[in-house]
Amino acid sequence: MKRVYLDHAAATPVRREVLEAMLPYFTEGFGNPSAVYDLGAQAKEALEEQRAKVARLIHAHAEEIIFTSSGAEANNLAIKGAALAHLKKGRHVVVSAVEHHSVLNAARYLEKFHDFEVTFLPVDRHGVVDPERLQKVINPATVLVSIIHASNEIGTIQPLAELARRCREQGIIFHTDAVATVGQIPVDVQELGVDLLSLSGPALEGPKGVGALYFRRRLRLVPQIHGGIQENGRRAGTENMPGIVGLGRAAELAEIELPEKGPYLAQLRDQLKAGVMERIPYAIYTGHPERRLPGHASFCMEGIEGEALIFMLNAKGIYANTGSACASKALKVSPVLCAIGLPPEVAQGSIVFTFNQDDGQEDVAQVMDHLPQAVERLRSFSPVWRKKMAAVSGG
Amino acid sequence: MYSQIVIEHFANPRNTGVIEDADGVGEVGNPQCGDMMTFYIKVEDDRIADIKFQTFGCVAAIAVSSIVSEMAKGKTLEEARQITRKAVAEALGGLPPNKMHCSNLGAEALALAIQQYEEKRAAH
Repeated sequence: MKRVYLDHAAATPVRREVLEAMLPYFTEGFGNPSAVYDLGAQAKEALEEQRAKVARLIHAHAEEIIFTSSGAEANNLAIKGAALAHLKKGRHVVVSAVEHHSVLNAARYLEKFHDFEVTFLPVDRHGVVDPERLQKVINPATVLVSIIHASNEIGTIQPLAELARRCREQGIIFHTDAVATVGQIPVDVQELGVDLLSLSGPALEGPKGVGALYFRRRLRLVPQIHGGIQENGRRAGTENMPGIVGLGRAAELAEIELPEKGPYLAQLRDQLKAGVMERIPYAIYTGHPERRLPGHASFCMEGIEGEALIFMLNAKGIYANTGSACASKALKVSPVLCAIGLPPEVAQGSIVFTFNQDDGQEDVAQVMDHLPQAVERLRSFSPVWRKKMAAVSGG
Repeated sequence: MYSQIVIEHFANPRNTGVIEDADGVGEVGNPQCGDMMTFYIKVEDDRIADIKFQTFGCVAAIAVSSIVSEMAKGKTLEEARQITRKAVAEALGGLPPNKMHCSNLGAEALALAIQQYEEKRAAH
């Protein structure tokens, strides 16, 4: 049985080229970039090269990149670091209802421990934040607005440039969590007009344990990891050189491959979507129908629960994700699926497929060989489905 | 995360379906928490002669329903009432801690079906 792994938003294998670039930094290139002798100087030089590569991918300057341990850490540094550095201005932050937990919970931390007021901005049924709505909630005390670039759960890409413009006009710092987009679609911090942007390694087919935060020059940030003066005093701790080199190499490859990667992934996504919508009744395509990540197809299958569906597919060698409550540690339906207005029993049937460029049409075909039957089987003994069918047939 | 027994019952659930002229029906859960179970029983000579279930829920909820139906089939009502959530979880070779509530739902749905049967009989 061929393994069909379609959960690239959760994790991706590290590319061979990336791994090869990393390996020497575990062994002969082990020097600490802070050391003054040549081993240190060589590491420092490599570190700055990676910074330039990551900066180039998003059209930033090298000195505007801070390496972190993850996208989650980048989000924490952006939100807590920027908010706490600008307390004099006020204590109000705005985040959207479709943020990653690392943004939501960083905002809640400010609320709980630093007396901030947090506005959770609702989205429409496609998961889009309305710029007019943002305009209405920002005020002179608003320090920071954080809106995700694209959601890993529903794929929707936000009208970021427009949202950022509204904030810039009011002198409000604008952050975006771009973990799902950098490496998937072109991301240009100048064009978007953002002040802070988080990205991470795995989304670029790089290693886990590394991420980066872009910050507009001269923007003040309170470090969230205190210690030495690595990363210009903005993030302490000896640099994860193999990880950073991996991120740099992955960024370099992404820059070259992006023009072809997007259309290729979009084609696989559309093929899967067409198959699902044609062969599975009462399947809902979640997220925005057009403005979405190219390699992202998300659905809710009415009448069944997502974790059960994931296990049915797992038995056929197919790997996908779900936002179902049963699959979450907190046993709560994904807040993103609630935010787009899905009733809980519909949200429970969530299933998400995310592609990368190693996938092909045969992978989509394998999914379509098994997904319709799996859904049908679970529906065959679902009381929710039975009631729905009874209602549809008028009895 | 799941035991082999859980996976086996999930992959091949026993006694799924509906009994149209059931003597007792027990329905538990709500879509908010994620799981819904309905048990149908046929009673003959104070024994569960037939049992069917329908379940909307995760792997654990489906496996629990399946094993509860197996444990209850052929038992007297008194015996069936003794099926505890602990016994259900044990019969499945254990459940992950955050899925223990599913075993509760199974025992509860069965108990409700028995209760409904007894209430109907008492009313006659």
